[in-house]
Amino acid sequence: MRRLRSAVEGLFRRQPACAIRKPLPMEATSLSFSFGNCRVVDNVDLLLELGCMVGVIGPNGAGKSTLVKLLSRVLTPESGRISLGDRSLMDWRAMELARVLTVVPQNPELPAAFTSWEMVLMGRTPFLGWLGKESEKDRAIVQRAMIDTGTWPLAKRGIHQLSGGERQRVIIARALAQEPHVLLLDEPTAHLDINHQIETMNLITQLVEERQLAGLVIFHDLNLASHFCDELVLLQNGTVLAHGAPEQVLTKTAIRQAYNVDVTIMRHPGHDLPVVLPA
Amino acid sequence: MSIADVGTHKNNKQVANGSMETLSATSTKQRSLRHWLGRRRGHVLLATFVLVVCVVLLAVAWGSFSIPPWTIVKILWRRVSGSTGATTWPTSWETVILQIRLPRILLAALVGGALSQAGAVYQGLFRNPLADPYLIGVSSGAGLGATIAIAFGLRIGLGGLGAVSMLAFSGALVATALVYLLSRIGGRTSVATLLLAGVALGAFFASIQTFFMFRSKDAFHTVHIVSWLMGSFNLANWMKVRLLAPVLAFGGAIIWAYGYRLNVLQLDEEQAQQLGVAVERARLILIALASLVTATAVAVSGVIGFVGLLVPHAVRLVWGPDHRFLLPMSVLVGAVLMIIADGVARTLLAPAELPVGVVTAFLGAPFFLYLLRQKRQHLFR
Repeated sequence: MRRLRSAVEGLFRRQPACAIRKPLPMEATSLSFSFGNCRVVDNVDLLLELGCMVGVIGPNGAGKSTLVKLLSRVLTPESGRISLGDRSLMDWRAMELARVLTVVPQNPELPAAFTSWEMVLMGRTPFLGWLGKESEKDRAIVQRAMIDTGTWPLAKRGIHQLSGGERQRVIIARALAQEPHVLLLDEPTAHLDINHQIETMNLITQLVEERQLAGLVIFHDLNLASHFCDELVLLQNGTVLAHGAPEQVLTKTAIRQAYNVDVTIMRHPGHDLPVVLPA
Repeated sequence: MSIADVGTHKNNKQVANGSMETLSATSTKQRSLRHWLGRRRGHVLLATFVLVVCVVLLAVAWGSFSIPPWTIVKILWRRVSGSTGATTWPTSWETVILQIRLPRILLAALVGGALSQAGAVYQGLFRNPLADPYLIGVSSGAGLGATIAIAFGLRIGLGGLGAVSMLAFSGALVATALVYLLSRIGGRTSVATLLLAGVALGAFFASIQTFFMFRSKDAFHTVHIVSWLMGSFNLANWMKVRLLAPVLAFGGAIIWAYGYRLNVLQLDEEQAQQLGVAVERARLILIALASLVTATAVAVSGVIGFVGLLVPHAVRLVWGPDHRFLLPMSVLVGAVLMIIADGVARTLLAPAELPVGVVTAFLGAPFFLYLLRQKRQHLFR
């Protein structure tokens, strides 16, 4: 059984095809952005290293989603610089960028008429040829992504027939089908049950480790963030309040300052990471 | 490496060999038809193309007097091969087929295809099921152009094209360009602004057009304008076919190549961009090409309604929303539908002729409602 499985996985493993497949780190320096007069992201420095998972936490309106939009070039920063690989993010062509950087957006709008399979297949868009016909390889990658996220049994179902959590997993499958080097996830676990929360985060951390991806995940659940991230960034009003390993960031004072609430910090009995509980 | 590995290993292995038939049987027949189609798209398109050719032949055969389809093939072959031997048919048949029926039917097919494809593009681009090829100004611009040409009795012409066609074409392109430029704010266009600008400019142009119609002293002008607006193929000639065919071929090919980007544009703009589509550029190219194709079709046939709205919906209801298939299939289905509509238009009140727009709406709307009730499926989103 195990041998069969590894043989199947071998079929799906891809060799780096060209220079563009080289892993790419991402760095943002003194990043700022305002909506009108309201400064949403203020002088943020961030480094996404390969094989490292960074969690972004902070109260509502702290600028977490805006940060992801800046990093994925949906918004253009007011000042500061973002580099991806050896180039500025602004110098990347749209198709090129989509081959190395993927976003799982928060509450994406999905057209109901498509099936899950067609939706995940859209992740292959930046790799398609002239008429946009997918190859056998594209199909295999899409299937792998759907199996990994547990959405394969939903392949033939229409998007409108899926629950919130199933949709979320389809979107994650689509991101995996893009085979990115940089993964930006805006609350990937928002609509998921605990089992799918843990499965999804396990999958993402595993991918980040195995394929040496750079990952950035926005969390509302501080305990998930503590458990799955190598590094945490605590944002408040667009500025970085604390930055470092989970035990350095998840402290009573920092959380008090950011969320304006008193908590108890305990240690997880299994692996000594901080656990945040109501005071 | 999979955590939530739901598919069985047997399943995996077979699919790794490239077989889609192993998809777990969780869903309805209709969905599996679409899956099957995913692999057989080319065959379906080819079959439909053969159908179009057959319908063209039958339509040429049908008329005030009928000619056997096989004789038509022989007449065409004789013309193409340039042989001069004795014929088994009267020479008048050749004239009727080559000079009257064939150009008219080919023009109907091309216009039907052009309008249907443009409709599919606009519906996809605006993510709006009510969109049709005339949405952002083509019809109002063309209507104004044609009205000016008729009301002022302009006599300029180019080849087989009269002043009406030329002014209608220019009016359509000017109107679309105006709508696009007006709705472009800070280097970006929003879909809602485009639609509203199209409606506003359409009303503005319609008012000028009505003014000219009332100002005109000649009642014949008004009749001419109204019948042109309804659309007809009774002025078809080879020149018009030769004009529309390359435009549709060129525009259609590029639009087809943009099909997968249109799929991604069904998501919101943010996701489309993150999946590698340069949204603003794709939008500009698609609007420009769809408007060019529509404007040419309108210039040679008038404003024929409903085909561009109906056909993409019908194709989508039957075969799903994948634009890589939807776009070419709409061209073929639109061609068939327009030939049939034109056939009805020229025979129903023979020897008088109905405007073909009357027939497309009269036959199209009930069929569309039937499809809508039958499928009870999410039409669009």
